[in-house]
Amino acid sequence: MNLRKRGQRILPEIPTASMADIAFLLIIFFLVTTTMNQDKGLSLHLPPIAETKEVKEKNICNVWINAQDQIAFYEGGTLNVVASSDLRHNIEQRLAANELLIISLKAERGASYRMFVDVLDELKLSGATRISIAEPEG
Amino acid sequence: MRFARKSRVGAVVPTASMADIAFLLLVFFMVSTVFVRFRGIPVALPEAEKIEKLEMRRHVTSIWVGANGAINIDDATVSLQQVGDLIHAKLTANPRLIISIKGDGRAEFGLISDVLQELRKVEALRVNFATDRENEGN
Repeated sequence: MNLRKRGQRILPEIPTASMADIAFLLIIFFLVTTTMNQDKGLSLHLPPIAETKEVKEKNICNVWINAQDQIAFYEGGTLNVVASSDLRHNIEQRLAANELLIISLKAERGASYRMFVDVLDELKLSGATRISIAEPEG
Repeated sequence: MRFARKSRVGAVVPTASMADIAFLLLVFFMVSTVFVRFRGIPVALPEAEKIEKLEMRRHVTSIWVGANGAINIDDATVSLQQVGDLIHAKLTANPRLIISIKGDGRAEFGLISDVLQELRKVEALRVNFATDRENEGN
């Protein structure tokens, strides 16, 4: 009669009810502590070094930045200084007039990188897709 | 004879596998997280509006250019001549590499241009000028 009772053992049990809570707590901890600082910026495709293309002069718009961070259009041998606030509007008009327009951005070595990025941003904002960065002279 | 008025069927959500699900999620997040490996040098990034996000962190490598003209790749200060070799090695290992140029806004454009020329020489043509988001954009 008592045989069965004797063989019975107290099963050691690990309480697993709170396991899910622990795991979710860990997930939330990782989610919160992970910093999602994505790289962001202005993307550009550089041309291969060997590649030179002949482009008609009327399809090129030269934008220059000098060492004093002034912006100018170089056209027909003259420099027309333009304010950075007018640049976008100006480029938009030129693009509307000629959709094949390639914008050649040329900055002097002494120009600041911030100005260069500002102008590049304005060009992109105005919808220009054909942007070329010319190598500064000297 | 008395009949049981209502037979109660207990509605039980099975929670036994909840822990497994949670741990699965945990492992997924841990595996898919890419940690920031290189801190670079402190730079004041320029600001821009028309910025793009770089989705794949694995395919991005950064070149830091400080305000004083120091170039830094993977937490090592390098000279301009070394940039090409280093990036070439990285590009061979991962052809889908995008170069993120984290230049300080006060840096000289000439130096940035030199870096760009070095990149062009080794056919690293996909570049991204890292910027912060301009706040008062509309």
